Amino acid sequence: MQLTVWTYEGPPHVGAMRIATAMEGVHYVLHAPQGDTYADLLFTMIERRGKRPPVTYTTFQARDLGKDTAALFQTAVREAIDRFAPQALLVGASCTAELIQDDPAGLASALRLPIPVIALELPSYQRKENWGAAETFYQLVRALCPSAKAEAQPRRDGPHTPSANILGPTALGFRHRDDVVEITRLLGTLGIAVNVVAPLGATPADLARIPDADFNISLYPEIADTACRWLERTHGQKTVRTVPIGYGATRDFIAEVAALAGVDPTAALDTSRLPWWSRSVDSTYLTGKRVFIFGDATHAVAAARVARDEFGFEVVGLGCYNREFAREIRTAAQLYGLEPLITDDYLEVEDAIAKLQPELVLGTQMERHIAKRLRIPCAVISAPVHVQDFPARYSPQMGFEGANVLFDTWVHPLVMGLEEHLLTMFRDDFEFSDHAGASHLGHGAAPIFPREPQEAAPTPSANGGGEATAGVAPAPLHPLAEGAELSPAPAPAEPGKDQEGWSAEAERELLKIPFFVRGKARRNTERYATEHGIAAITLDTLYDAKAHYAR
Amino acid sequence: MTALTLPASSDCAPAPRAVLRERGQREVFCGLTGIIWLHRKVQDAFFLVVGSRTCAHLLQSAAGVMVFAEPRFGTAIIEERDLAGMVDCNAELDRVVDRLLARRPDIKLLFLVGSCPSEVIKLDLSRAAQRLSLKHTGATRVLNYSGSGIETTFTEGEDACLAALVPELAETTRGAAPELMIVGALPDVVEDQFLRLFAQLGIPRVHSFPARRAGAMPPVGPNTRFLLAQPFLGETARALEDRGAVRLDALFPFGAEGTTAWLHAAAVAFGIDEMHFRAVIAPGRERAKRAIAHARDRLGGKSIFFLPDSQLELPLARFLAQELGMVPLEVGTPYLHRAHMARELALLPAETVISEGQDVDRQLDRVRAARPDLTVCGLGLANPLEAEGLTTKWAIELVFSPIHGFDQAGDLADLFARPLRRRDVLKV
Repeated sequence: MQLTVWTYEGPPHVGAMRIATAMEGVHYVLHAPQGDTYADLLFTMIERRGKRPPVTYTTFQARDLGKDTAALFQTAVREAIDRFAPQALLVGASCTAELIQDDPAGLASALRLPIPVIALELPSYQRKENWGAAETFYQLVRALCPSAKAEAQPRRDGPHTPSANILGPTALGFRHRDDVVEITRLLGTLGIAVNVVAPLGATPADLARIPDADFNISLYPEIADTACRWLERTHGQKTVRTVPIGYGATRDFIAEVAALAGVDPTAALDTSRLPWWSRSVDSTYLTGKRVFIFGDATHAVAAARVARDEFGFEVVGLGCYNREFAREIRTAAQLYGLEPLITDDYLEVEDAIAKLQPELVLGTQMERHIAKRLRIPCAVISAPVHVQDFPARYSPQMGFEGANVLFDTWVHPLVMGLEEHLLTMFRDDFEFSDHAGASHLGHGAAPIFPREPQEAAPTPSANGGGEATAGVAPAPLHPLAEGAELSPAPAPAEPGKDQEGWSAEAERELLKIPFFVRGKARRNTERYATEHGIAAITLDTLYDAKAHYAR
Repeated sequence: MTALTLPASSDCAPAPRAVLRERGQREVFCGLTGIIWLHRKVQDAFFLVVGSRTCAHLLQSAAGVMVFAEPRFGTAIIEERDLAGMVDCNAELDRVVDRLLARRPDIKLLFLVGSCPSEVIKLDLSRAAQRLSLKHTGATRVLNYSGSGIETTFTEGEDACLAALVPELAETTRGAAPELMIVGALPDVVEDQFLRLFAQLGIPRVHSFPARRAGAMPPVGPNTRFLLAQPFLGETARALEDRGAVRLDALFPFGAEGTTAWLHAAAVAFGIDEMHFRAVIAPGRERAKRAIAHARDRLGGKSIFFLPDSQLELPLARFLAQELGMVPLEVGTPYLHRAHMARELALLPAETVISEGQDVDRQLDRVRAARPDLTVCGLGLANPLEAEGLTTKWAIELVFSPIHGFDQAGDLADLFARPLRRRDVLKV
């Protein structure tokens, strides 16, 4: 058993729902008790979908268990086919139904349905949401694509427009909606036709056309990789694996795509504002900012490259929650001389952030809350996401426009340029002090009271400084979340550590350092003291450490 | 001054009313969801769900995904090796509980909460609770109940939790004077309002169940008279009756009339003088009537359709019909407790269809056919129905907002008026 407070991923059948909900003409009959329908609200509330997910839950109860839950399943299948008339049917079990072993696959095939039925085996007690999504997509592609080599690719003679499939975008994906638009546009510039986008917006008939394209783009490897590998093996389609997040990666992506398609890449190497925005002198203050990165492996790895190479940040922590991609994150971590953090334990991530005291956190919805508590600026780069991560505006993460979005989103939570200096010089101005937070964030909102690790945490107000910290207003799904935010913060991250070590004078001096670097100053001073065998931290220790770590 | 209309104190049940019973897909939460408010109500209790990743995901999704502080609930996720018998489930549970209590020594009351998977594999949580109670004697009491979806719907989780607490309650002194118990988790502000009113009425000893701290749970015995503050507490009521307590039958305290009747039931049971009763409640009652007056203009004559959610549906439909002039077309409830609901049912219009259970697709067909002015439904259905042009009210907000009593009657009416007002102001 694993003790869990928050989870990064849902169970694998939620992954299957993300595929079914993304597609048209697919219905999913899920053998499940009542209560599992909660998953519908992920799509209708968080993503604001105006349609119910195409899922029928059999809703068995305790009293059915001794009787015929199998008949219940078959009735649900028949009624779903009659009512929704899907082109293909997914059947499977949620965690509870897996235990009663009713065999949805056998039960469905016994019904001799007139449409393709894809039976999903998603082991709920071993696997999680992303795996479930990847497996479901793979099973759909395998079942619906015409059996391979029998039908050899008819190589057309004469002028041939190269074409590609964009694979991986799903329902409830982080900016998938906009990434698809951006990448489609980019391929258009290169003169490459998009054959099929799947699963987002695809029908079962569209999946059958996947082998018609020249190659596949694995846009989200967490979802598409299994299917892409099968298409490579079975249909000889090559896969583009560069994920175009960031300026450099987008250029690499264009190069890889152009080489595969045999087209000239120069047409697409158009302007992104990121390079100039980053080189312009206002951005000097970004240099060497210490950033902690956590998310799904693909987004985390991409963010690390952008952070170091395109923002001039220092990557001090890198990790992911999906073990399936541990190898990718390990390889990337080596580039930054880091030990990667591979865990789905939220408390472990919180500990790591508290210890490292980064100046910026790039993470998921979960890290947004950790950072809010630790008063560290944060931007969201990866699922799991919440309702505010589905903006009304066009806001891709990929391609050149995506790079522009990254620049704005990551810089926004930080205190800017000269303001940083003014805060350092005139800390005690009653209107313009670090208690007021960055001036472009949250005017009229409660001030940011920088929380020192040793201080008792102030009870945060429901609309408190977190707005500024997060860069986006917290938008609870319903009023409870606000109420819940009033709850007391837990024990400080590093209780009592070295508390006696600091002299009162040094503590006072520390408070003169702006909040956004105070944590780092404290940490550096303590490390300096430890390394030099200094027991009592005085004013001199503070400045000795400052000199020692000067860069 | 409006004349008080108090319902007859007994025999208000005419011929039993026809109820449409349905069996099919239910679009409702399971009983685990109650943890989201219970863990804030009892401030030194922790709720440990013994279940699957789905249970953990449900809790964080239903809670609006994120809570600022570390919540006082968690999930012991059953893994493959627990199922395959490679480890002993009980030993694993003990290990998880030890780790949890070491981390949170402030926890005085720990609930092991059963889930669908733990019920299906027949993990005996009551024995585990006994064992762990013994192990942590003096520090933490360990109880268990089931919030599983195969046995409980949404608010039935609170019922199961409170019913599990009842055997633990101390015995009242034999032959002591009658005491009043308010049963059901209420927002603290509402609880305080009721306690003030009962004090003004002159009822000396009034307890709330559950109390805000594990050590402060009220005693129970034959001298206990209890009022259900929530309409979904059938098992809890039975457990209290087993301890000799007597339920005071009343309308539920929603709106001016419901709250008056509810308070009146206690006043009668405690022999409070009728004139004194009227004098004490008059200010609150008048405030309630004033507060709902503006909503009456907007809601009067409007039709409403309740999909089953929390068992609050019947009393709320009664309030809306009786005090705001709304027309309930169908009132769905996950479970109908005929005895506790008798007075509520008697006050609903004869034409209103009462349905119990759910077949969501058939019910949505009826919604679409009826095209009500307002549909009360769960979060999974609200946006899809809005997209079809139907105005909706999220049912869950009715559970998570202070809506009981005189001084919340206006807020309660406004919860229903706001979606209609919004529909009217938007020009997009």
